[in-house]
Amino acid sequence: MNPPQVIGLPPSVVANPRLGDWLRVLPAGLIEVRPGKVELGQGVLTALAQVAAEELDVSLARVRMMPAVTGLSPDEGYTSGSLSVQHSGAALRLVCAEAREQYLAAAAARLGVPADKLTVADGQILAPNGRASSYWELADAGLLDRPATGGYQPKPVSAYRVVGASLPRLDLPDKLTGRPRYAHDLAPDGLCYGRIIRPPSRGATLAHLDPAAALALPGVLTVVRDSSFLGVVAEREEVALRAADRLRADASWERRPTLPDPADLPAFLRSAAAETTVLAERGGPPPPGQVAASVEATYHRPYLAHASMGPSSATALVSDQGGPRLRVWSHTQGVYPLRAELARALGLAEDDITVTHVAGAGCYGHNGADDVALDAALLAMAVPGRPVQVTWSRADELGWAPFGPAAVVRLTAEADRTGNVLFWRHQIWGNGHTTRPGSNPAVALLAAGHRAGGRDIEAAAEPPMSRGGGAGRNSVPGYDFPGYQIVNHRLLDMPLRTSALRSLGAFVNVFAAESFMDELATAAGRDPVEYRLACLADPRARAVVEAAARRSGWGSWPPAESIGHGIGFARYKNTSAYCAVVAEVAAVTEIRVRRLTIAVDAGLIINPDGAVNQVEGGAIQATSWALKEQVRFDRYGVTSDSWETYPILRFSEVPAVDVELLPGHENPALGIGETAQGPTAAAIGNAVYDALGVRVRTLPLTAERVLAAMPD
Amino acid sequence: MDDERAVVATAVLVNGQRREVRTEQDTALLYVLRNHLGLKGTRFGCGLGLCGACLVLVDGLVTYSCDTPLWAVQDKEVTTVEGLGTSDQPHPVTRALIAGQAAQCGYCLSGVIIAAVGLLGRNADPSDEEVRAALDGNLCRCGAHNRIVRAVLEAAAELRADPERTA
Repeated sequence: MNPPQVIGLPPSVVANPRLGDWLRVLPAGLIEVRPGKVELGQGVLTALAQVAAEELDVSLARVRMMPAVTGLSPDEGYTSGSLSVQHSGAALRLVCAEAREQYLAAAAARLGVPADKLTVADGQILAPNGRASSYWELADAGLLDRPATGGYQPKPVSAYRVVGASLPRLDLPDKLTGRPRYAHDLAPDGLCYGRIIRPPSRGATLAHLDPAAALALPGVLTVVRDSSFLGVVAEREEVALRAADRLRADASWERRPTLPDPADLPAFLRSAAAETTVLAERGGPPPPGQVAASVEATYHRPYLAHASMGPSSATALVSDQGGPRLRVWSHTQGVYPLRAELARALGLAEDDITVTHVAGAGCYGHNGADDVALDAALLAMAVPGRPVQVTWSRADELGWAPFGPAAVVRLTAEADRTGNVLFWRHQIWGNGHTTRPGSNPAVALLAAGHRAGGRDIEAAAEPPMSRGGGAGRNSVPGYDFPGYQIVNHRLLDMPLRTSALRSLGAFVNVFAAESFMDELATAAGRDPVEYRLACLADPRARAVVEAAARRSGWGSWPPAESIGHGIGFARYKNTSAYCAVVAEVAAVTEIRVRRLTIAVDAGLIINPDGAVNQVEGGAIQATSWALKEQVRFDRYGVTSDSWETYPILRFSEVPAVDVELLPGHENPALGIGETAQGPTAAAIGNAVYDALGVRVRTLPLTAERVLAAMPD
Repeated sequence: MDDERAVVATAVLVNGQRREVRTEQDTALLYVLRNHLGLKGTRFGCGLGLCGACLVLVDGLVTYSCDTPLWAVQDKEVTTVEGLGTSDQPHPVTRALIAGQAAQCGYCLSGVIIAAVGLLGRNADPSDEEVRAALDGNLCRCGAHNRIVRAVLEAAAELRADPERTA
């Protein structure tokens, strides 16, 4: 056997080195794999199962993916930032390769054959002399009770058979035939149902409550009030709903205006107290003699809601016997960070809490999942021994979950005589993009601020650009400009709670920068694709732009009234997947996106169809954001709290989406779930300009906004 | 109103089985199905009949279970997604959805499947536009729309070729 070659350990393995924490071999012929990342509806557990099956040389059917549980699972923090395949995939690759070596060594001893003469086929370990053993025969937890060493080389990409195959999702058959698979479906013995009565507006305080009528409803177990936190627990869900309605009617609140004037949100964003930081810069302003044109434009995005189809839900049980005091079942993005925040909120030790992940409806970032876990825990503490399930109303989901922050982006550029950029300035005004538990000085769970002595969640911070930034994500040009300066004005007050929503600041930054690129190209009389390629040396970047242009038939469209085409490009986070989108729109009474042609280079692809599905979904969601979506509010609270007031794209409005994955060329796997958000919005905005000759710089691109942008 | 708020035993016919539940007569069918009968496939999305996650068939008609009171389905036949097939033997629409990997989170799919089965019951050969129109009351946030439409068209073709397979 060749001496082990030590390779660098992935960060998830450094933090969780024991092999047995990641996987177990069961004598029944199964491999139990326990990643720290969670299924958010993106199919990641199937992709990670493929990685494990590949390294272990077993069929996918033998792999059982276990949900993340505190105390058992490796702590991989949050499932976010399109990093699961990069982090957990790299960890499982190494850990499974080392586990395979351990089992081969055990088989070698049993069979009397050197380990390097053994082969593995679906878990059967075969020797050249015809003797055989198997993982299942040798199953022994002791073999994996050791730290990963980094001493075994995982398979070369060229040997992959399972990784790189479009295998079907493991979880879909159950989810599509109505089997209970979601957090909302848990039905432990003795389950009772809780509902929360939220304040009628931001900052409202509960002045008076008469709970008598609610308590008198048959089946109501208790009413929980802690200052302005108000909830009810009942034996049946229908009773909890009726009791919550009754409490809403029997509570009086003191309301006060805390929100900015919605009529001019951009003015608020630009004038509010802010911390100003230079996020990045290169070179300096060009000598005046070289500058032929100076251009400036200002763009705006509204607050956006996550608007998942399933409102947030959690189940909690406070023990009236021994064992952990509090158990929580949650569709959180991070079981360990949630456990730590619940411990802070409730004054418990982390060891007294167990958080188990259960699938939720689609998760696109920091939504209400963690908040509802505290809601359920607070109600469960009032009925020890009884599991309590709390599911938010649609109105609370659209009105109280964190939002993707509104922002203003101002771009200025100095260009030479041919229109090429000499210097580029990108300024951002808005709230930050992360108030996740663990990132905030206050307890970052909604109910905590409503309880007695609770403090408001502080204005979101800005993660470092080395980790992709937040508001600053994709603000640094991906083009080869000689000079640039990026400035962020992070608001110090947070009138509406903002946090991570799919692609964070990249959505507005790419919308703005790629719109501005077209404005510069137009001013110089140049084709938008040619203009971009002229300042794009990175061959992978050029390849996606060229592929999207070629596939969409760029420049060869017959002229047609009210039809327009536009392109948008970005490399997500400047370090992740490359994506170019060409949009075709029809602009008659309203903007309709007819087709999106997308090219992506994400390096090694674990599951091509799954990757395409993620890109299609991201592009359709970004189309919905760009055309329709805007959180509405008055001085007191959020008013867009139903599907009527917060409409999203419907089946009849969805564009055709055509995705090409470029060859990975053995480049490392890059996350793909967020890469299409910004380029899609930019491509649509540029296509609207191509159709109408009107530059709409404010999202969403509604008929009203198009009219407002038309020259008088 | 008082009668509606008394807890009474009510018989319902769900997926071909007669079941008895004890709750108030104005309880939404959604909670009867999910909690009293343990049929978790029908899902809560908004409670206002605006998203389609809770769709069921009532005497073959596509119906929002979240705003249909229990009393309204007495003497009627309710079919939920569980009544259409199992993960071993899925309904042709469900099979086509799985084959096309026409989902991401899957939460909206029960309602989509019910709406599609309802459509195919009245129009065996729908166009792409007709499928989209029939599904316009179903919201999907993950962006699986185009895959879903393709799968419904494939299921329709399969059912036309072999109509016995609905049974």
